[in-house]
Amino acid sequence: MTQSVVVQVGQCGNQVGCRFWDLALREHAAVNKKGIYDEALSSFFRNIDTRSDGNGPDIYRGKICSLKARALLIDMEEGVVNEILQGPLRDVFDSKQLTLHVLRAVGHKIYGCQYQENIVEKLRKTAEHCDCLQCFFIIHSMGGGTGSGLGTFVLNLLEEEFPEVYRFVTSVYPSGEDDVITSPYNSVLAMKELNEHADCVLPIENESLFEIVNKINQMINSGKLGSTVKQNSLVTSSAGSAKTQQEKPFDAMNNIVANLLLNLTSSARFEGSLNMDLNEISMNLVPFPRLHYLVSSLTPLYTLADVNVPSRRLDQMFSDAFSRDHQLIQADPKHSLYLACALLVRGNVQVSDLRRNIERLKPSLHFVSWNQEGWKTGLCSVPPVGHSHSLLALANNTCVKPTFIELKDRFMKLYKKKAHLHHYLQIDGMEQSCFSEAISSLSDLIEEYNELDATKGGPRIDPSRLKIAV
Amino acid sequence: MSIVTVQLGQCGNQIGHEVFSALCSDIRGTHGLCSKKENESYHDSCKERFFCEEESGVPVARAVLVDMEPKVISQTLSMAARSGHWKYSSHSHFCQKQGSGNNWANGYSVHGPRHKEAIMDLVQKEAEKCDRLGGFFTMMSMAGGTGSGLGAFVTQCLRDAFPTSFILNHVIWPYGTGEVIVQNYNSVLTLSHLYQSSDALLVHENDVIHKICAQLMNIKQISFRDVNQVIAHQLGSVFQPTHTAGGGSGYSRNPLGDLMETLVPHPEFKLLGLRNIPQMAENSLAYSTFSWPGLIKHLRQMLIANATMEEGIDWQVRPPHQGSSIPSTNKPLHFNTSIANLVILRGKDVHGVDLGSFQDPSLYTSWLNPQDAFSAWKTPRAFNKYEKSASLVSNSQFLLKPLDSIVGKAWNMFASKAYLHQYTKFGIQEEDFLDCFTTLEQVISSYTNL
Repeated sequence: MTQSVVVQVGQCGNQVGCRFWDLALREHAAVNKKGIYDEALSSFFRNIDTRSDGNGPDIYRGKICSLKARALLIDMEEGVVNEILQGPLRDVFDSKQLTLHVLRAVGHKIYGCQYQENIVEKLRKTAEHCDCLQCFFIIHSMGGGTGSGLGTFVLNLLEEEFPEVYRFVTSVYPSGEDDVITSPYNSVLAMKELNEHADCVLPIENESLFEIVNKINQMINSGKLGSTVKQNSLVTSSAGSAKTQQEKPFDAMNNIVANLLLNLTSSARFEGSLNMDLNEISMNLVPFPRLHYLVSSLTPLYTLADVNVPSRRLDQMFSDAFSRDHQLIQADPKHSLYLACALLVRGNVQVSDLRRNIERLKPSLHFVSWNQEGWKTGLCSVPPVGHSHSLLALANNTCVKPTFIELKDRFMKLYKKKAHLHHYLQIDGMEQSCFSEAISSLSDLIEEYNELDATKGGPRIDPSRLKIAV
Repeated sequence: MSIVTVQLGQCGNQIGHEVFSALCSDIRGTHGLCSKKENESYHDSCKERFFCEEESGVPVARAVLVDMEPKVISQTLSMAARSGHWKYSSHSHFCQKQGSGNNWANGYSVHGPRHKEAIMDLVQKEAEKCDRLGGFFTMMSMAGGTGSGLGAFVTQCLRDAFPTSFILNHVIWPYGTGEVIVQNYNSVLTLSHLYQSSDALLVHENDVIHKICAQLMNIKQISFRDVNQVIAHQLGSVFQPTHTAGGGSGYSRNPLGDLMETLVPHPEFKLLGLRNIPQMAENSLAYSTFSWPGLIKHLRQMLIANATMEEGIDWQVRPPHQGSSIPSTNKPLHFNTSIANLVILRGKDVHGVDLGSFQDPSLYTSWLNPQDAFSAWKTPRAFNKYEKSASLVSNSQFLLKPLDSIVGKAWNMFASKAYLHQYTKFGIQEEDFLDCFTTLEQVISSYTNL
């Protein structure tokens, strides 16, 4: 069994990360009735002996003593992280695994360099506690300064220090009405780093999360289904987790992202008839190194309390995974081109259900010419909390293009006028070329997607096979 | 003679478990329908082939379990032990932590060399436990990373370490509509490599077995376990003890050798397909009776028309006229030409069964005498609760279309260079791919021109 480390950077990264750890504990508690520290738990948690004050060796077997998250919390100001450390999850985090600096500036160039040693040391420590470290999950936002700048700096560091370990990045992209004026600059500069150093990126847009939250609220409040929905099955809910206080506005949205990460890693942690590990996700969904942006969708958003699930409802789950309003970014994969698609099913679903739905949905989807049957499937036996089954769909699809084009447009609006540029340029190490290179990198990426859309990925005629002399 | 089974990857281990389960439950069953002496002889022969005794009396499967991540092996070991009737040795497995990531190159070029010694050590130990080693049976899928890549590497190692032993690879071909996106690359790499080191490849296709589950077994929500159990039944119907034609009394002592001898006369033709009838849900067994002439007739037409199960057979397909030498281009369409066939009959009244229709020369290529091209193995001992059971192992054009389809899709993807960087980073270059494509196009061409 392998381990993963979560690196949460900045306010957004840490808030989402916090929800992730909370829900992870809830999920394992639901499955792990005997309180034994098992391999599934070890993928994200260490088991330490509190008596030796965390300095003793980890406990690898036997009863759970004290669980510590394999996490690195990084931020430029105290507020968010302090709140986490005082909240109900305080015992889950190892106080030595935090990096706090109380200044504010461009995260990438200054803080990156100054605190590089500190960060590297903490990363090394975390890695040493892992028997077999497979993946780093970075959670951050693209629009702010810390998450964006320091976050991508850390990404670079990870590639340098741990080249063999996968880097999966969950990036929250800014919306048009972002309150950070320079978010387009931050995002585009960060995009260049993501292009070059991430193995897989899962872009998230707040609007999509917001719409999902609204949809659920409407459905509950409409009174039609209200009483029969299982509270802890809501993809937005913290029910049953450690969080007992009043839910903050972003909690529901952040829970969705947390659930995304839980589902992504479920087949690596739990058993199933067709396992799908993280290295398989990267292998199957990234046909060309730079095209590693995966649009994700989670279904169902909630479960009703009735036990019997007719296969019609199961099929509905598959259909929903491809609908516009279940995607976590503002995109419509159905009307764009698929390069590859992965379906990770959890719970009581068998291969025939999977095959039936693939057959059913295939005709309405456009796949690139060289990957007409481009499906990667996984079956994990353990469903998420509150559900009998669930589906995570990951699509490498040209529908990410509009998000990038919009980002580029917003960037150009500012850049043409050189608005706010001086704040960046006065930082040591930042030059105009950083900006031009970044926008160039983004343009190239957009071009690659354009070309795929135009040619549908291949020569019109099938390439001729090798001929053998008889 | 004993057979050592090597289970590779998730698929290989899951199916391997079902096979040993099926074999064990068959010999424990009381539906032998034969004399006590016969039953005992069958029991002993099966035990010798696939199990060895331990002090506890529980038979231990002659198997080595290999996987690059621990979850499946741990499940497999515990399921076997829980049955109480057989188990795996606690020292015969090897696993790692990371898996192969569906990457053939990772399985072949990284895991292979790294773990060669440990794995071959286990195989050697298992081989030494056999009084007489009858050969190796490896089980794998070709779509993933471990079974396919590491499997190809291990097969090579087996060939190097045991140059005179028989090696039969059981290979699972994935669903055509996709289980793994790079499955066609992995398949091409696997098949071309296996062709060099293996003696024969016995193939099961997921699509085919799935249809059997849906239409014949009447299973509503088909799971991989269901699919694997059908496969295990079909394999059991081939590998349980039988009397070979010229073998005199007593059960055949060299099943793999006999199989190779009858079915693989030429190294260019190693692809074996398997058909088994009748197949039905267990609760229908009691209500069904079959006659041998009926079963033989269906089996023969399944061969000629390349049908995968006993429903939906195209009875219009006929072999070309006897006597005339027909160039392959003029043969009737859809007619499945054979190089060699083996029919295995188990159950009531086997001895009187007329198999002349399988010796019709028009079924075969011209280069073997029909008497040499066809063999029959029989036993009066019924198998797995079926009063009568007939299997066909065929070296024919059965797999030509599926193979061609896989190579075609892989080539299409290769032409766009998609995913190649995932392979080159582990040392498999474009030239290696081209070599593999060439090998398989050669195989396709050979089978097409039968």
